[in-house]
Amino acid sequence: MNNLQPVSQRQSVASIVGVSKVYTLGGHQVKALNNVSVEFQQGDFVAIMGSSGSGKSTLLNVLGCLDRPTSGQYFLAGQDVAAMDDETLSRVRGRYLGFIFQSYNLIQQLSVVENIEVPLSYQRPPLPGGRERCLKLAELVGLSGRLGHRPTELSGGQQQRVAIARALVNNPHVILADEPTGNLDTATSHDIMNLLDALNRAGRTIVMVTHENDIAERARRIIRLRDGRIESVSETRPLLPQVGIG
Amino acid sequence: MNLFQQLRLGFRSLMLHKLRSALAVLGILIGVTAVIWLVAMGEGVSYQAQQQIKDLGATSIIVRSIKPAEESSRDVGSRFGISYGLLRDDYERILTNVPTVTRAVPMREISREVRHREHFIDGQVIGCTPDYFGMNRLKIARGRPISQVDMQGYSNVVVLAWEAAAKLFPIEDPLGRAVQLGTEFYVVVGIAAERTAAAAIGGSLDARQYDRDVYIPLSTFRARIGDRVFTVRAGATQLETVELTQITAVVEDMGEVDATADIIRALLQRYHKNVDYAVVVPKELLEQAETMRAMFNVLLLLIAGISLLVGGIGIMNIMLATVTERTREIGIRRALGATKGEIVQQFLWETVVLSGTGGLLGVLVGFLCGPTVNGIRQLVSTFLPEVWTALPPNIRNLEPRLAPWSIIAAFGISVGVGIIFGIYPARRAANMDPIEALRHE
Ligand SMILES: Nc1ncnc2c1ncn2[C@@H]1O[C@H](COP(=O)(O)OP(=O)(O)OP(=O)(O)O)[C@@H](O)[C@H]1O
Ligand SMILES: [Mg+2]
Repeated sequence: MNNLQPVSQRQSVASIVGVSKVYTLGGHQVKALNNVSVEFQQGDFVAIMGSSGSGKSTLLNVLGCLDRPTSGQYFLAGQDVAAMDDETLSRVRGRYLGFIFQSYNLIQQLSVVENIEVPLSYQRPPLPGGRERCLKLAELVGLSGRLGHRPTELSGGQQQRVAIARALVNNPHVILADEPTGNLDTATSHDIMNLLDALNRAGRTIVMVTHENDIAERARRIIRLRDGRIESVSETRPLLPQVGIG
Repeated sequence: MNLFQQLRLGFRSLMLHKLRSALAVLGILIGVTAVIWLVAMGEGVSYQAQQQIKDLGATSIIVRSIKPAEESSRDVGSRFGISYGLLRDDYERILTNVPTVTRAVPMREISREVRHREHFIDGQVIGCTPDYFGMNRLKIARGRPISQVDMQGYSNVVVLAWEAAAKLFPIEDPLGRAVQLGTEFYVVVGIAAERTAAAAIGGSLDARQYDRDVYIPLSTFRARIGDRVFTVRAGATQLETVELTQITAVVEDMGEVDATADIIRALLQRYHKNVDYAVVVPKELLEQAETMRAMFNVLLLLIAGISLLVGGIGIMNIMLATVTERTREIGIRRALGATKGEIVQQFLWETVVLSGTGGLLGVLVGFLCGPTVNGIRQLVSTFLPEVWTALPPNIRNLEPRLAPWSIIAAFGISVGVGIIFGIYPARRAANMDPIEALRHE
């Protein structure tokens, strides 16, 4: 699973080519994505920005294999996933992707460590070293002391840390985050960004939707959308040469 | 996830709504308990019936006098009243002409008031031979049965059934004292032990209460009471002439019963203008009882089916609510890699935990059937003795018999019901669009 490559052999982990997503509502067509092409490199840290309704979430859903584009192609880990059936898409999500949501989306009846474990139960074949991985990740996000707690017993920032650990447990190719700091105060937001930054430095590819400029600034590239099209792509920091992931 | 983890997850998800889950479990529990209890009662009743039929004797053939419809009776309008039924000659004929019959026991019976001082009962006066007691497995609690000497001497002796003795002699010891039958006095020589009524199955034989019987020698019956008796029916007094009320013929082997019954029928047909008799084969009653039991079980299964259906609908209701409430969780799991099949599985396991718990508890409560019935019996007999004695002995002596098949079936069906009624909610969960589900509040 860990097929992250050294920088000299850096390659595209995910790329979409000419993707459009059209919603038809009462005979009226909405082009949520209009012929979008973008490539995500191994170790990339991309912030997607744009006004409300510009198609940011739609793009992230397509990247997350939760939604299929109306037209265009999407290559993830070398496979065209645009045409896959529902079951294969589920498997692809479980194997190659990690999700972080604005509203954390932890499962209420499960404890911290069990929440982190959830993606492991959907791995076919199972990943080795399940529970230890979860404990290590809990430590990584600084929640070693809260393993048995329920989500309702945690602060927003702590819940988002659990979600981040959960997004890492299947060793994904790409981490997708839709406004991960949208529900957090500034200080906590920056804690979370420090964590994502550290993960990126360790070689993780991260695609993140955000409204906030100072959050976007922490990424390496910023893609701006407008009416379903890419308006601009700007680079804030170059990709660092990198070693393996811890 | 392995089986244990699946069950644990199901259990914990159900614990989110303890009361709701408990009610669903209760629905199944009641269904399963109902099945087990009803089947146990049914088995108890049919066991009792079978025992009673066996008491009548699987190798015996009972021939009874039947009063024919008025118009067809012998000597209609005669001033001697009507005359019908088995004759003493029939008894002789059966005994001598039917080779397979090893023994035959005649009996004559009428309803009469039996008195002892100011105490009296509406008793059944049975004129019988000494064989009658062994034949009907009547045990003598105290004293002795009717003897051959009594028969030969036309003695005025009587054996009282348990209840008759208790009613007539509330205080004194009845043995050696006299009871009055019509104008005659009879000395009490024995008291029969209490026994339950014989079954009335298929309508071929009346339910026989033995409790108010008073037994006198058949010879004495003929000499003192005679064949002609007045009966009062619909306000009119009628004179009836009946020689014997019943003849019980016994064969050696159960295999001979049917053929012998046919011979007896043919024999009686030759001498009786009207069919004023009935030939009853307890063996057939036994078979009828089997059929009855099968029908009863079908009925019980129907009731069981309905109650489990109701339980199943309860489960479906709760699972639909659960699925709606946990739309978000379903979206999360789908995003994290769960396939539709895995979502279906998860929710099915939950219904299995619900219905399985209900089933298990139902089986446990099912096992309490015997103690519960006993407890109720104790309560009623101590606190409501009048009600208790008014109950028919069939009910007083009912012992529920747990049927192993009913326990297995009830538990299996309850789990099956859980799965069947869980499929729709689970599929509904699985078919949600993950994006929509994640957006759900
Ligand atoms: N399921 C849907 N059915 C119809 N139209 C949709 C659907 N989902 C999104 N759209 C439309 O597609 C466009 C893009 O929506 P999207 O959710 O991607 O916007 P966004 O950039 O994430 O906005 P926000 O910043 O408010 O989250 C919008 O015009 C929206 O109305
Ligand atoms: Mg959005």
